[in-house]
Amino acid sequence: MTERRDPMWIEVLVHVALLLAVAFALYPVLWVVSAALSPTDAPEVSAFPFPRDPSLRHFAAVVGTSDAEGRWLFGWQLFNSVVIAAATALTAIAIATPAAYAMARFDFVGKRGSTRALLATQMFPGVAAAIPLYLLLNFVHLLDTRSGLVLVYATTAVPFAIFQLRGAFEGIPKDLEEAAMVDGATRFGAFVRVVLPAARPALAITALFAFMTAWNEFILAATFLTSEEMYTLPVVLQRYIGEYDAQWPAFAAGAILVSVPVMLLFYALQRHLVGGLTSGGVKG
Amino acid sequence: MGKGRQRLATIALLACALVCSESAAQAGPAVGQAPVDVVVWHAYRGQEEAALRQVARAFEAENPDVRVRLVAQPFGAYASKLESAIPTGNGPDLFIDAHDRIESFASRGLLQPITPPDAEAFARRLDGRHQAAFTALGALHGYPLSVKTAALYVNASLAPDPIESFEDLEALALPDGVFPLAMEAESAYWTAGFFAAHGASLLNDEHGWGLEGEGALTALRRLSRWVESRVVPEESSGDLVKRLFSEGQAAAAISGPWLAPDLPEALDWRVQPLPVVASTGARMRPYATVEGAYLAARSAQPAAANRFAAFLTFGEGALLRARVARQIVTDREAWPALEGDAFLQRFREAADDAAVMPTHPHMRMIFGPADRAIRKVLRGTATPEDALEEGRHRFDDVTRPLPAPRSPAWGLAALGLLTLLGALAMVRRLREPAFRGALRKSMPAYRYVAHAAVAVGLLVILPLVVGGLTSFFAGRGLEEMYFVGVANYVDILVARGGDLLGHGSFWLVLAVTVLWTVLNVALHLVIGVFLALLLHRPYLRMKALYRVLLILPWAVPNYVTALAWKGMFHRQFGAVNALLTSLGAEPVSWFSHWTTAFSANVATNVWLGFPFMMVVTLGALTSIPKDVYEAAAVDGANAWQRFRLITAPMLVPFLAPAVAMGSVWTFNMFNVVFLVSGGEPDGSTEILVSEAYRWAFTRGNQYGYAAAYAVLIFLILLVSTRVASKAAEADA
Repeated sequence: MTERRDPMWIEVLVHVALLLAVAFALYPVLWVVSAALSPTDAPEVSAFPFPRDPSLRHFAAVVGTSDAEGRWLFGWQLFNSVVIAAATALTAIAIATPAAYAMARFDFVGKRGSTRALLATQMFPGVAAAIPLYLLLNFVHLLDTRSGLVLVYATTAVPFAIFQLRGAFEGIPKDLEEAAMVDGATRFGAFVRVVLPAARPALAITALFAFMTAWNEFILAATFLTSEEMYTLPVVLQRYIGEYDAQWPAFAAGAILVSVPVMLLFYALQRHLVGGLTSGGVKG
Repeated sequence: MGKGRQRLATIALLACALVCSESAAQAGPAVGQAPVDVVVWHAYRGQEEAALRQVARAFEAENPDVRVRLVAQPFGAYASKLESAIPTGNGPDLFIDAHDRIESFASRGLLQPITPPDAEAFARRLDGRHQAAFTALGALHGYPLSVKTAALYVNASLAPDPIESFEDLEALALPDGVFPLAMEAESAYWTAGFFAAHGASLLNDEHGWGLEGEGALTALRRLSRWVESRVVPEESSGDLVKRLFSEGQAAAAISGPWLAPDLPEALDWRVQPLPVVASTGARMRPYATVEGAYLAARSAQPAAANRFAAFLTFGEGALLRARVARQIVTDREAWPALEGDAFLQRFREAADDAAVMPTHPHMRMIFGPADRAIRKVLRGTATPEDALEEGRHRFDDVTRPLPAPRSPAWGLAALGLLTLLGALAMVRRLREPAFRGALRKSMPAYRYVAHAAVAVGLLVILPLVVGGLTSFFAGRGLEEMYFVGVANYVDILVARGGDLLGHGSFWLVLAVTVLWTVLNVALHLVIGVFLALLLHRPYLRMKALYRVLLILPWAVPNYVTALAWKGMFHRQFGAVNALLTSLGAEPVSWFSHWTTAFSANVATNVWLGFPFMMVVTLGALTSIPKDVYEAAAVDGANAWQRFRLITAPMLVPFLAPAVAMGSVWTFNMFNVVFLVSGGEPDGSTEILVSEAYRWAFTRGNQYGYAAAYAVLIFLILLVSTRVASKAAEADA
């Protein structure tokens, strides 16, 4: 893999392999797209998912939903999703960053234990916590509020965020902060002004994951939110699957609307994604 | 230092302000004489929701002192939401739901008995059977609104003559590929009426398994023959029935009134009573569910809610629902005004013929085992006799008596002892000077971790511990839980007294789960590393484009793609089989055999998971210094040697944590298994998490039993990750 270039046939083979992989990756997505664009309510299925006369009516129907008072529900719900996911990302980062830094740089009593506890939270099936969480949020009167969901999502995202960021901080040479501290900065000052900027890619990726946790979650959201103007988009999406029938095209259209922002974020952050994930070390 | 903290505090405040702004938005303006709010929950969509809105407006016009607030709920979470919201005072005033849960709702105190404003009219205008359906614990607990049942839709151009019997349907001369009848033959709900016409019912008079005897066997054999001879489509779903009938690919369809609005205008169709079974002379007698409005316990406005419920049920409310939503309304006095509406009249006749679904809790629990028995026969994997016998076992297993209560004294004593021992150990350590020194030195670190510890402890660990503790309790639903000690665990570990490696036993499911995890993670790893190596080639063109497209599966919510994959694996209409047939291969019935169903799950999950490994590997590759390769190239190492001797060892430290995390996630990957194979065939592709979910939600809300599964999953993962990390340390 130096200056020497491989023969032509190897290049071709590589492209063939990659194209096959891309086809595998895109095929189900195309299937969703074609269902969303289908002009009828019962989309046709064939091996090659291209709708015959594409129509945007399902998108229009999903985007145009309003409630009994004529308020534009979809707008509210999009707003909720964005605010909740963004606040989740910010809160999770705010909680996880100092803790991850301490785990990377300090030795303290209970460090091993807390690392294990964090890892353990990832092993317990989350469904078991739904009802206790409901009672807890009820106790502090945060049911059916954006803040309640943000609290739950952010704390759920914290363990993984700590692993991620801890790995990133460990990858940053200590000399950087030590130099800053020699220049008169406090430990915290060095952390904020030297370590955090150096860890920006990892912070961006960790925020992206926290954002996705909140953006895609629907079981807790459907249970905790009780008014339509508070719903997030995945909850709304579930409404297209009813007891007796399912409106697949509308569901697919909604699914695409939900996916596009995350895809754009992935696209924007893809350079960071490659560096930012790697450093996450999980040490039990 | 001050500055840094300030900035952090500002960010936190901003986030807070953003979130808290909602409290201002929530408090609406209070105008003069504020009307009281009646909150109504429903799971209606489309025209039914539109009709409900119109009724609400009409009611408000007559009753300016009341404002009706309709809240649409997603159907999937509806029941569990009612169960958690009403007892805690977060529920609605009124909610709309089918009648079959009324007994469990009423016995758990979720409902208030109702007193109709005009009791005489209530008795006169409603069918006695519908009134009975809404009577629980000896009192009236809701207003019956509409009946949901099945009738026969007939495509008039394919079947111009009246259809009297199933034999008429079979005898139709149809173009190639057109099914005489589209129905959900694999579903116990949709075939219950067919069994009834053969003298068999799902539940017997003692609320036990009723599918037995000659009648049930004959009915099953006929269904199976129909699928074989393509009288009815195989592996059908409601969606498929709709599609076949709309596209003229089925001469008739058995469906409910909700099908009509989705049919294309060009289609010439009519509705008629369900056919007769010629051999017995009996008509197919399906179940009817009655939807009604319930007054929720702890309603803040019971009087106003009661008034609205009555308005919704009778007169104008009924007519609006019938005309706008095509509901088969229960108000008998609304029907003269609907005289000319042939569609509604036919469905009303069908509703009168149908059997109102029993409200016994066993009713909800029979569908799982019965569906499985029918499916096994229709897919040719069991004889009718064996399938029904197995179904009975399964039903008895699910409805078996709960473990006997134990005195909580033992549990409390154990808990007390543990706490005491813990406290003692803590005190002893605290008295060690060395430990106290270490603790003092840890203080600066604690300032960084304290808030994370509090947040995670309170909102993640505490709920999980509480959830875990429910595993020592039993009961159906939340309110009736009582202490049973370790009975749930014993039950699970001895496979409820059955064969230890038998169907659905913990150990068998564990084996499937382990295989599932190993296979998935291995494939994620191989595909991910391979693609990363390709993408890492220095002169690759369109690298960025490939990378974005290959990450795509990760960016789409997994419940969406899981559903897309399920559709792709359908026997007749799935894209995978279409692809296979276009390549000249035989179509595969993916969810009828363990290997193919399991492969379908694995394919979906591999699709979802490989981008993560690819990205991790890509990142790791960039951190391998180039000069190592240069040195190797000078030494004459070939590509494979370079990979084996340099790349692979360098990747291990990066990939090990990703593999550990990936294994844990895959072990608990509920969405894929639940949505793609759904445990098919016959629950054999279920993994531990999805099994736990079934006990919690589809097998009579046995939360304690499900929690014991969750704790076992946790322990297995804990032990195996510890063992793995010890082994890795020993290796290093």
